[in-house]
Amino acid sequence: MTLSPQTTQAIRNAADSHGGAKAAMLEALKLVQAAEGYVSDAHLAEAAAKLGVSTAEIDSLATFYSHIFRSPVGETVILLCDGLSCYLCGGDAVRDAVMQKLGIGFGETTPDGKFTLINVCCIGGCDVAPAALVGPDRKLVGPLSADDLTQLIGGGR
Amino acid sequence: MSETPLTGRAQPDREPHRFAEWQRLGGYDALRGALKRHSPEALVAIVEASGLRGRGGAGFLTGTKWRLMRKAAEAAGEGPRYLCVNGDEMEPGSFKDRLLMEALPHQLIEGAMLAAYAVGATEVIILVRDAYRAAAVALTRAITEAESAGLLGRNILGSGFGLKMRLHASAGRYIVGEETALIAAIEGERPVPRHRPPYPAQSGLWGRPTTVNNVETLSAVPHIVQNGAEWFQKLSRTEEGGTKLYGISGRVNRPQLIEAPMGTPAGELIEMAGGIRDGRKLLAFQPGGGATAFLQEADLDVPMDFAHVKKAGSSLGTGAVIVLDDQSCPVAAIGRHARFYARESCGLCTPCRDGLPWVAKLLDALEAGHGTQQDIDLLHMHVELAGPSGRSFCDLMAGAMTPVKSGLERFGDIFAAHLKGHCPVGRS
Repeated sequence: MTLSPQTTQAIRNAADSHGGAKAAMLEALKLVQAAEGYVSDAHLAEAAAKLGVSTAEIDSLATFYSHIFRSPVGETVILLCDGLSCYLCGGDAVRDAVMQKLGIGFGETTPDGKFTLINVCCIGGCDVAPAALVGPDRKLVGPLSADDLTQLIGGGR
Repeated sequence: MSETPLTGRAQPDREPHRFAEWQRLGGYDALRGALKRHSPEALVAIVEASGLRGRGGAGFLTGTKWRLMRKAAEAAGEGPRYLCVNGDEMEPGSFKDRLLMEALPHQLIEGAMLAAYAVGATEVIILVRDAYRAAAVALTRAITEAESAGLLGRNILGSGFGLKMRLHASAGRYIVGEETALIAAIEGERPVPRHRPPYPAQSGLWGRPTTVNNVETLSAVPHIVQNGAEWFQKLSRTEEGGTKLYGISGRVNRPQLIEAPMGTPAGELIEMAGGIRDGRKLLAFQPGGGATAFLQEADLDVPMDFAHVKKAGSSLGTGAVIVLDDQSCPVAAIGRHARFYARESCGLCTPCRDGLPWVAKLLDALEAGHGTQQDIDLLHMHVELAGPSGRSFCDLMAGAMTPVKSGLERFGDIFAAHLKGHCPVGRS
């Protein structure tokens, strides 16, 4: 599947607004990911072609930034903070509970493709620790509790 | 109640003000006044006199930074000049810039405009971390509103001064907050630090004169311009002007952001955050985020400004106070930080890329109770090799080793107990 005309146009616009094709590479990756969920090899090459940069060059950013996914992820990506403030407020118990509930570890996706769980550094939610970012809009949720994971995975599970 | 110029107008639900509403609250008055009354040079002088120090962590005098930029820009001649706003707040424990960007975007934009006018920048680029999506949305809308009102673009309010402003959305990675890496990120390079000198003022974004300022620093500027340097000085309890946003987190009853006079002691801040959680006792606190040395009970009355915290053996950093109570294992706490810094090393230089994972592994072993004396010796070796006068390319590794060094000094007995397989303070 090729990128949609909308995504392609948005990538071209990004080159104009960001001061050139090279400076727009990360924005292009984010646009691809927003539309497709992750950045596949094919879409990476397509975005590079639209910008007129090399695939290697754009991949050097895709592999550097931790919020760009080069492999398929679940419908909902949970970025769970493992920073010190969250740890001090019981973050490990939340981590253990969500791993048990979903049956996956960090960097893994549930077999039904619903959730991907990733550990990330301090997300600036220390006032609502333990905290996580959930979904494509990186919604900040917290304080989380090991006893009630609704904020992380909804009520359905 | 003391004055809270930076956060006082934030709405409880953090909903950012629309332009018209913000103007009714006095928004952009400082900019309008400055464009009429002050030369850029005069504006630099006001900020210099205010004593404003950079709130990103280093505490460099903002007025001095701006003056250096003006000088370098003069030498560089005609062409674009940039102001980059560092909204890549990722130091562990820090969450102050999130509020300023999410709830008060126009305040930051006005501060950035005044700074741009002062240093002669032609374009402002605000870099925002990916975790702060609400901030990116708020800033994008606020920039559009300011453009529509004629406060951005060519010949602003008939002053002859013109300015463009836009956002650069990041995608994770702590190193982007290092100012030269931030510049590389905006250029679309793999964001690893660059050598200084040349400093950004001489050769920054696309080789042009560039100033990089923190969000909180710029958010203070409209108030300084509007109310004067003397007013700003008087807000503080010490020689360093202004209020400061302190983030109190960890083992306190009500973790929260507090805007208080610069120099408010940590003991008072912890009390404002409801005291130590569950009535426990304090073991230690980091005064300014993950990369700052631990302080303890005896330091609770140290005025929390750059000079006093430095004198006490740590640094004010971002003002992010992380509290450990007497049931928080410091070995585990230091290990958390070590894993964070190891993961966030950009990989450019070997000491940091290979040294930090080693440090993290040593701390993991010690935390789990199967470490050895040799592991502790190796930690000391890393502290020596990678400390502040160390051999890594940028400050990331030195910062990462700061809590390790301080932890070994302050909690030698707890490390020793871990060698025997038990933790005297930990919860489990």
